[in-house]
Amino acid sequence: MIEGLLTSEATWLHFFIYFALTLLLLLIVLGFVTYAILAERKVMGFMQLRHGPNQVGGRWGLLQTVADVLKLLIKEDAIPRAADKPLFILAPVIAFTPAFMVLAIIPFTDRFQFADIGVGLLYYIAVSGITTVGIVTAGWASNNKYALMGAMRAAAQMISYEIPLVMSVIGVILLTGSMNLNDIVLAQESGWYILWQPIAFIVFFIAAVAELNRVPFDLAEAESELVAGYFVEYTGFRWAFFMLAEYVYMFAMSALITVVFLGGWLPLPYLGFIPGAVWFALKFMVVIFLLIWFRVTFPRIRADQLMEFGWKVLLPVAIANIFLTALLKEWINLF
Amino acid sequence: MIRTEEMLLNVGPQHPSTHGVFRLVIKIDGEMIIDAKPVIGYLHRGTEKIAENLQYTQIIPYTDRLDYLAAMTNNYVLCHAVETMMELEIPERAEYLRIITMELGRIASHLVWWGTYLLDLGATSPFLYAFREREMIINLLNEISGGRLTFNYMRVGGVKWDAPDGWIEKVKAFIPYMREQLAGYGDLVTGNEIFLNRVKGIGQYTKEEAMDYSLSGANLRCTGLAWDLRKNEPYSIYDRFSFEICTADTGDAWGRYQVRIQEIEQSLRILEQAVEQFPETGEVMGKVPKVIKPPKGETFVRIESPRGEIGCYIASEGKKEPYRLKFRRPSFYNLQILPKLLVGQNMANLIAILGAIDIVLGEVDG
Repeated sequence: MIEGLLTSEATWLHFFIYFALTLLLLLIVLGFVTYAILAERKVMGFMQLRHGPNQVGGRWGLLQTVADVLKLLIKEDAIPRAADKPLFILAPVIAFTPAFMVLAIIPFTDRFQFADIGVGLLYYIAVSGITTVGIVTAGWASNNKYALMGAMRAAAQMISYEIPLVMSVIGVILLTGSMNLNDIVLAQESGWYILWQPIAFIVFFIAAVAELNRVPFDLAEAESELVAGYFVEYTGFRWAFFMLAEYVYMFAMSALITVVFLGGWLPLPYLGFIPGAVWFALKFMVVIFLLIWFRVTFPRIRADQLMEFGWKVLLPVAIANIFLTALLKEWINLF
Repeated sequence: MIRTEEMLLNVGPQHPSTHGVFRLVIKIDGEMIIDAKPVIGYLHRGTEKIAENLQYTQIIPYTDRLDYLAAMTNNYVLCHAVETMMELEIPERAEYLRIITMELGRIASHLVWWGTYLLDLGATSPFLYAFREREMIINLLNEISGGRLTFNYMRVGGVKWDAPDGWIEKVKAFIPYMREQLAGYGDLVTGNEIFLNRVKGIGQYTKEEAMDYSLSGANLRCTGLAWDLRKNEPYSIYDRFSFEICTADTGDAWGRYQVRIQEIEQSLRILEQAVEQFPETGEVMGKVPKVIKPPKGETFVRIESPRGEIGCYIASEGKKEPYRLKFRRPSFYNLQILPKLLVGQNMANLIAILGAIDIVLGEVDG
């Protein structure tokens, strides 16, 4: 449907249909973020002997996040006097725009995808890297020592973990012979890549958690050390933008893991009558739950250990996986 | 050549991990600490000076507020000092109640440490688990003393209140429950690779250094020196119980962690024996003169608080008020070694080292 629109005549009608669909995705994502935050707080509450939000919006706290966002909207917009004002204002935008840009290439079902481009996987990784620039900008512009340290940590972390992330999916690309996400999903009909590429999955998942700046890799925020890290000086809606970027990335990364390793919208055998969108949502939620579970369980890793782990463990393992996959593909002709 | 600069960073007094209003001025090169200078006194209330104008019983509530995480031991050290001066006889039942409440307090204190230390290291859940158990202890102590944190429970010559009906049974029931939870803590944290990497070899010092810096409590025992006043200089009725001095030989944050976790276990052992031997009947207040006037002279007693050796020095002129009162506050002494440990470490280790010392600012600042 969307594919047809892109290649169809450039009329206003088609433009508006496309625009409306994009808006729909945006609303879906924002709705997701709203309830992902609630779900995270609820699951964390459940695991930590608490109730989680249960006041605003009935006993499930369904309107808690909405109320929080409203509060952030009407908060005073404070910019520190010593801050670099233009950069300070620009930073949240830089951090947050790529988070939405990457969503364009995710195939949510076999038809609901906005841009079916040949180098989909590469596009995702390239665009998501821009967020780091936003984070570093925020840390620098705040003119705060804690923020600067958080930003530096974030930059170092992103560089260290982007490489194993890319390296780990090369195994998948070798097997598929394509970087197009649709092709990758379709290639998994005989078996999800989590089964054919378990090492790649583990490396990718760990690197993804680090990319997302989530526990145990939340060094850039490191509440107990750096107070709040790179966004320590941000308040109100600018702060909300950073949080939004973080949660949209969580959405995007979980979607990517679903697509690349868990077979995307493909159903389990004999359960094909359930629509693809449901399958996608189910797998996706498992990944999200795993991320929340991580957050509740683990302590934070130290910066130098993080680097060591990234360069000395994850990268060699990822490269070994490429080698192994190539051998299997060429000699044994397994695939 | 890139020009680099040292950065002066002010950690605290309002920082999430300084455990109160502790301030640390550090010079850092990147994330590496070159120099550290602790600044204390934000919570100084002049307890010792105030005490010079108070009668002995009136001082007891002030001791609650020194180490507010283990108020029972603080209560005890003052009462013990006065009792030593006046050579008072303490009833059996009161002694047992003191031991039980002090050991419960020790467990509660170590639980707070365990939870907040893990929180410092970035794990959020252990804090809530620790506080669930601590809440039970607090409820028990609340039932016997009427306070949740500042108990004001002990008096010169005994304790203020007798245990309410069924209280001892509740303590009895708590012991196996706590053991079970302690095993769960081990599963959750003690074997966690990330955690071990964060604490092993961090903030290490030798036995000699520990003694030079006058460290005490778990900070001393983690170097392998078995020094616990409950065993080495038994006070109250500690000589009646069998328990071990917990030590570790690593002298680092990991050693301190192990010592404290084992101490919870040993405290449970003492509790178990204490509730078993608890006398059925008896007074909880000894024969004490109406007005407490210790004879002219001076005395110093020391006991083992959860944080180390807490001492109380009293100089009396035979009046209702002490001429001079001085507490040896273990957190204050333990903190001395911090600047030495911090040099050459990074920001993340700063938090791990500071947390492992286990300070309570009320006690540091007096």
